[in-house]
Amino acid sequence: MKNGWEAVIGMEIHAQLSTETKIFCACPTSFGETPNSNTCPVCLGLPGALPVLNWRAVELGARAALALGLKINEVSIFARKNYFYPDLPKGYQISQYDKPFSSDGILTIMTAERDDQGRPIEWKPMTIRIVRLHLEEDAGKNVHEGLPEVDKFSYIDLNRAGTPLAEIVTAPDFRSSWQAYDYVNHVRRALQWVGASDADMEKGNLRCEANVSVRKIGETGFRPKVELKNLNSVRFMQKAIEYEINRQIEAYERGEEVVQETRLWDEKNNCTRVMRSKEEAHDYRYFPEPDLPPLIVSKEWIEKIKAEMPELPDAMRDRFIKDYGLSFADANQLVSEKSLAEFYEQTAKLSGSPRTSANFILSELLRELNNAGITVAESKITAEKMAELIKLRDEDKINNIQAKEVLAEMFRTGKSAHEVVKEKGFEQISDVATIEKLVEEVIEKNAKQVEDYRKGNQKIFGFFVGQVMKASQGKANPKVVNEVLKAKL
Amino acid sequence: MSQIRAKIEKVLDNAERLNEVLNAFLTIDREYALKRADELENSPIHGKLHGVPIAVKDNICTSWTRTTCASRILANYRPQYNATVVEKLLAEGAVIIGKTNMDEFAMGSSNENSAFGIVRNPWDLERVPGGSSGGSAAAVAAGIVDVALGSDTGGSIRQPASFCGVFGIKPTYGRVSRYGLVAFGSSLDQIGVFGRTTRNVAEVLEVISGRDERDATSADVPVPEYTKQLDDEIKGVKIGFPRSLFGEGLDAEVKSTIEQAIENFASIGAEIVEIDLPLLKYGIAVYYIIATAEASSNLARYDGVRYGFRAEDVHELRQMYYKTREEGFGAEVKRRIMLGTYVLSSGYYDAYYAKAQKVRTLLRSDFQAAFQKCDVIITPTSPTVAFRIGEKTDDPLAMYLSDVYTVTANLVSIPGISVPCGLSKEGLPIGMQILGNYWSESLLLRLSNAYELFFPIQAKPKVWVEKE
Repeated sequence: MKNGWEAVIGMEIHAQLSTETKIFCACPTSFGETPNSNTCPVCLGLPGALPVLNWRAVELGARAALALGLKINEVSIFARKNYFYPDLPKGYQISQYDKPFSSDGILTIMTAERDDQGRPIEWKPMTIRIVRLHLEEDAGKNVHEGLPEVDKFSYIDLNRAGTPLAEIVTAPDFRSSWQAYDYVNHVRRALQWVGASDADMEKGNLRCEANVSVRKIGETGFRPKVELKNLNSVRFMQKAIEYEINRQIEAYERGEEVVQETRLWDEKNNCTRVMRSKEEAHDYRYFPEPDLPPLIVSKEWIEKIKAEMPELPDAMRDRFIKDYGLSFADANQLVSEKSLAEFYEQTAKLSGSPRTSANFILSELLRELNNAGITVAESKITAEKMAELIKLRDEDKINNIQAKEVLAEMFRTGKSAHEVVKEKGFEQISDVATIEKLVEEVIEKNAKQVEDYRKGNQKIFGFFVGQVMKASQGKANPKVVNEVLKAKL
Repeated sequence: MSQIRAKIEKVLDNAERLNEVLNAFLTIDREYALKRADELENSPIHGKLHGVPIAVKDNICTSWTRTTCASRILANYRPQYNATVVEKLLAEGAVIIGKTNMDEFAMGSSNENSAFGIVRNPWDLERVPGGSSGGSAAAVAAGIVDVALGSDTGGSIRQPASFCGVFGIKPTYGRVSRYGLVAFGSSLDQIGVFGRTTRNVAEVLEVISGRDERDATSADVPVPEYTKQLDDEIKGVKIGFPRSLFGEGLDAEVKSTIEQAIENFASIGAEIVEIDLPLLKYGIAVYYIIATAEASSNLARYDGVRYGFRAEDVHELRQMYYKTREEGFGAEVKRRIMLGTYVLSSGYYDAYYAKAQKVRTLLRSDFQAAFQKCDVIITPTSPTVAFRIGEKTDDPLAMYLSDVYTVTANLVSIPGISVPCGLSKEGLPIGMQILGNYWSESLLLRLSNAYELFFPIQAKPKVWVEKE
């Protein structure tokens, strides 16, 4: 950051909760349906229709809250956020305001600044405050493309209206765009991990807004903040924040003021643009939603949800380090995604070789997965098959190069390690009698070298090994070859 | 011709004929009602209301015919679904003959705020029927139907019942599902019943009450068989008499009539105890903050985007909102939206809305303290008899103040019934209001029924079906 300045960033995340039906009615939340087909009087906001809370949304909200270190409040209140927009059928959004579902979260994330190539410099833990996670409904969508006479008409699709969202708000605790970036990735993984949300930014079921201001190091107050919207990927978000930090610092250094406003990230021009000024900001006139009683959850219910939670990634990472002797970096990478972490742990247990498993999965399997653009859960390789391969390697039945080739084939075909090894004829020859025969042939053919060796030229031992390996077409177990050669010579 | 069809045809004839004078109905659906009559005639199922003609206030959704809320903005709006109360009535064999006129979006105390013309009081055509459920009250008073549904946010059933000389109950909040009732003040609105007799009221209330999965504010409290408890003893029932409410602003004739009614109750075995409701005077102020706040939000959906009226000749979004709502809503609705928007605005919220909610809580304690001393409380329903058309239209505040006796029941969520208890010298009905604690509808109906039997009112209104 430019000398003497620091950034002050707070994040707001909207995550769609993975319910089958909407938060206040029984309409499906399925994606990609005919416009306005997933609707009913409630989510259309027809006169006289009333909301009824979907308990599944509360359960998933609770999982999300617990995964992010928030405290669940036994009593929370739904509130109406009033504003006019065509995609908002009731003229208000049912949200929560002064009594949110959960609050007072403390979350530790791993974060690192990046070098010029975008590579992490040094991972460090960072603790941030999560102010609240509350439940609310999503709005519909205005559609301006691909329909007749879009120059004259706007179209509205209300399929999304009423989809349950968790809004997650942090304190202004981030000091760089990469911290915000690592935070959002942490949240995405946490929500996916506990099954609360698909948290896929490309599909729009995770949306971010960043509140950005800058100040001189040492200042304790806040300068006017800018709200950034239209951040359609974590990368765009990071770039938008970075741009905004520099824009604000430069403005102050020119002696200008920064005004409080909402700005959009312009993907094409790599800059932020004004969307609305403070004067145009809405007065949302929040008040308690009279159609819904207070949301009350018992201590017992909260305990039950806690008990049903899977082991969280950070705890799993620490356990991998402790139980399996993995490095922090390896363990951290293994818990980057739940299916990968589970795959690893199963493989480690089945093969009995946690470290070989980690090495193989992180180097070979991840490369295959990245190339194919899929997750391990979507691949043809199971932990059982992977463990089989690890064992073959551990028992020296195949060598490293062969193991890589076998894995590639397994990945492609879904065959077992044994099958591939057999097909490729990779099985290592460790049978002493077979190797003795090969050794004898080599001794016979190379009488001169044998004589040299026996005279004391120990250096040419490697030559004999090479000859035996060659004769075995590379399949002989080098260890056995060594032993037999030493005995025979 | 089938019996039910014959009966319904007569009712429809009466409704159509008298509507030219009263304007009590916005829609009389003859075709639908007759078809329904024929279906019922052939049905093996005989519900509690088999073949009973009923009128329904036009803010309760009916899927077969328009539901206008007496507003231009919903003039041609036909709902996709039936309100829960409508479903319940139909399941018991009722025949809904039409939709009744009202103050636009139930905002008003005189029915002069209807976009489709005022309703006239059958007792005196120059006077208002009360509001906002004036059409339902007038239809019952004129004998067109024995029962009608209304809604009551601050007195909208009880006050017109009083002005038209019929029985009208507003149940405990949560007693009757609000699903399909077009919202005005969601924490205050409750559907209720008008009847020519207490028994009529009890029969219908029994059918429409009860928990509804589609209304999260409806209560899971068992529904008694009101009709079976109507004739139970009232001896020893303690009636609270809030003397301080019988002072300033109360018409002398109304005052003496209600005091007489309380004495009448004593003469048939009720016990009278004096009580005090010191905070009731704040009711109007609190009510017009909370009701308008909720209304400003509830009416936001009428924006011309999805259904209802949309202004013509508009070229951009804001203009469409402004023009649609300017042309679609009447003056009183706009006044209340503005009031409600104001009291919720940042900077004013604490001084108005938040404070009103605090006083509302205090009012609840006030009533609970009173109910330690008595079973029910009797007050006038309205400080005056029905006033003349146009008398208060230029003075909205005077109109608001006339709701002084009724609004608190909605604020504290308790039930109340208006019982005809006399006529003024000019021959206009006077109603007393009996308020009870939560879920005390059965007791209110018993008291109403006893009064009706012992102190009947024989007079009929000027406009009455059997006269011709």
